[in-house]
Amino acid sequence: MQLNGGQALIKALEMEGVEVIFGLPGGAILPVYDPIIDSPIRHILVRHEQGAGHMAEGYAHVTGKPGVAMVTSGPGATNIVTPLANAFMDSVPMVCITGQVPSAAIGSDAFQEADITGITQSVTKHNFLVTSAQDIPRVIREAFHIATTGRPGPVLVDIPKDMVDPNHPNSAMEWYWPTDAEVAAGLPGYKPTVTGHPRKIKEAAELILAAERPVIYAGGGILKARAAESLRELAELLDLPVVTTLMARGAFPDDHRLCLGMPGMHGNYTAIMSMQESDLLIALGSRFDDRVTGRQADFAPLAKVIHADIDPAELGKVRTPDVPIVGDCDKIITELVAAVRALLDGGAARPDLTSWWSTLSGWQERYPLAYEPQQEGEGLKPQAIIEALCDAAPEDCIVASGVGQHQMWASQFWKFRHPYTWVNSGGLGTMGFSVPAAIGAKVGHPERMVWAIDGDGCFQMTAQELVTAAAERIPVKIAILNNAYLGMVRQWQEMFYDERYSEVYLSPDLPDYVKWAEAMGCVAFRVEHPDDVAAVIEKANAIDDRPVVVEFRTDVAEKVFPMVPAGQSNSDVRVAPFQVRPAGDEAGEAQQ
Amino acid sequence: MSTVRHHTLSVLVENRAGVLARVVNLFSRRAYNIYSLAVAPTDDERFSRITIVVDVESAPLEQIVKQLNKLINVVKITELDPRAAVERELLLATVNASVAERPQVAELTRIFEGKIVAVSNEALTVSLEGHPNKIDDFEDLLRPFGIVQLQRTGRVALPKLDREPTRLTPVSSTGTRAS
Repeated sequence: MQLNGGQALIKALEMEGVEVIFGLPGGAILPVYDPIIDSPIRHILVRHEQGAGHMAEGYAHVTGKPGVAMVTSGPGATNIVTPLANAFMDSVPMVCITGQVPSAAIGSDAFQEADITGITQSVTKHNFLVTSAQDIPRVIREAFHIATTGRPGPVLVDIPKDMVDPNHPNSAMEWYWPTDAEVAAGLPGYKPTVTGHPRKIKEAAELILAAERPVIYAGGGILKARAAESLRELAELLDLPVVTTLMARGAFPDDHRLCLGMPGMHGNYTAIMSMQESDLLIALGSRFDDRVTGRQADFAPLAKVIHADIDPAELGKVRTPDVPIVGDCDKIITELVAAVRALLDGGAARPDLTSWWSTLSGWQERYPLAYEPQQEGEGLKPQAIIEALCDAAPEDCIVASGVGQHQMWASQFWKFRHPYTWVNSGGLGTMGFSVPAAIGAKVGHPERMVWAIDGDGCFQMTAQELVTAAAERIPVKIAILNNAYLGMVRQWQEMFYDERYSEVYLSPDLPDYVKWAEAMGCVAFRVEHPDDVAAVIEKANAIDDRPVVVEFRTDVAEKVFPMVPAGQSNSDVRVAPFQVRPAGDEAGEAQQ
Repeated sequence: MSTVRHHTLSVLVENRAGVLARVVNLFSRRAYNIYSLAVAPTDDERFSRITIVVDVESAPLEQIVKQLNKLINVVKITELDPRAAVERELLLATVNASVAERPQVAELTRIFEGKIVAVSNEALTVSLEGHPNKIDDFEDLLRPFGIVQLQRTGRVALPKLDREPTRLTPVSSTGTRAS
């Protein structure tokens, strides 16, 4: 069958099972937009290419399928670099197709030319520059294979215009669809290790049974491997406590008796200290990120480490594991459960964790996540708003967040009961992530409620995508926690820069968020009094035909606690000032 | 150069446009140092071999190898232990040599079994192919004459035939071997 390259591209995407493309056309990609009209694939027209990238990420986070974005050359392509970097850091499967100037013009500084494969080399898992229309089906298959297998990640495919332009002879191609074997043969250097080494798994099982203070350190890899069920089986088998990193919120239910919640810079006291005092860290799909470890030399000083990850380069990158296991987390955990069972059946003693759990419960009781009630004259408590949103939402509600204080409060105070209900930017920390990510999530799961919890600073970065949401009838809900500041930066300036506030004030009224949201086709509310919070949330939840924006006027001075100041040891975690016990108290280990 | 700080990696890559850039970019982005680098297609035109001498004080060798392995176009990486590899390098140097000094430079070149490739009234251009240590010595001995220009190729290496090619061996005490 003779096709042109543009038709072949769209057909290849259909063959890959793509349901939706987030994109924005332009000169170089223009010929590809013609066959889209006749394709069953839904195209969502974004207002800025960054939005397309984050939507594809949000879609991928909640569905597990690769998100697809398509943009034009030059500025279209450079505008999507941030989402690619974000997806690379958070291992999000994504395929990005960029138009490129005609092959004869490459290198000539042509109009809207940018060396996007060069630019994105270090922020993609791989990228391709198509040099023949005949290669398009093979390259697309390879791109999806690379994006979705091993450690997932973004793959970019750059296609010169002449390869897809039906009026150009270079676009002629004979359709084919490569077999799995042909894809493997085309990628001689790509063979991810999936199955963990049996000897290492046995060693891990023995270490677990010998540990007195074990902690499962569950990372985003649990979700990527769809290993939430097996994780739960492992934890319940021996009553092992579980911490879930920012990327793993929801991978283990927050209301489970074994769940300690989030560790790290703004984790809760028990999760942080459990790792500091642990004698065995069972790191599953986590990467010892600096936001988790604090000062690395002081991190979990007493612990042996089992580290399982599909990316061999993560093992030993930060912390030398005692037992490294390369492979797919779900397979490894399943094998680990079997190995532990075999040892128990063989007469090995079950570890007695009674004393460890009593230590953990003591910390939980003494230092719960908490905040002080709102005082007269103060703004709303952001934590209370998140609790109210969570209480009013169905259990399977999806929450997306931007980056900053609101993100930490959302992670702390939302109760995650199911995997794939939390969408956020962990590694790169991309402000403006939440609005487009929430839209992508809603497209992936139109039957579920999707809330974006956003800050006023973040909202101003990508809010224009609410026009996309309104036009495409994607009824997401946005909660803006408006404290009129770049709140996290303000918090650092207050705590570490003698309250010298430099370039962090944003104003509560400029822009007028309600008018702005309405102008973008959304229903909008403003909440200033605590008595109105529940009622407005109820109203917002009832709207299901348009996007809704609710602006909450929050307390300017509220800070995120606990906090491990950057570069310090996790053992120096600071709890909220009102939780600090006087010196000499047995709880004096928590410092102000 | 000391052989303690430097390790030679023989990296088999797909012979495609841009692959060298990916390898070099990786070193730059992860703050690893390249000491020398040589690249050319192999007998199988689908592949090229890059011989990279890395400075392992900038990062544990094992982490460099693992990150390189993540590049899709990298097919195979072998660390070449100097004791189990043949290593060669080529040097071209133009040195000041008046008519009076010319015999000394010529003699030095002859001792090292190098070649004189060009002669003028004030200078000589010499070439030497050999083990990198030998090239180092030659370069040191040429220096007093005054080196006008010098170019070395960087080393290329292959495993010795009389032994099994060494497998990837972590050299850093902080690294761990992946299973």
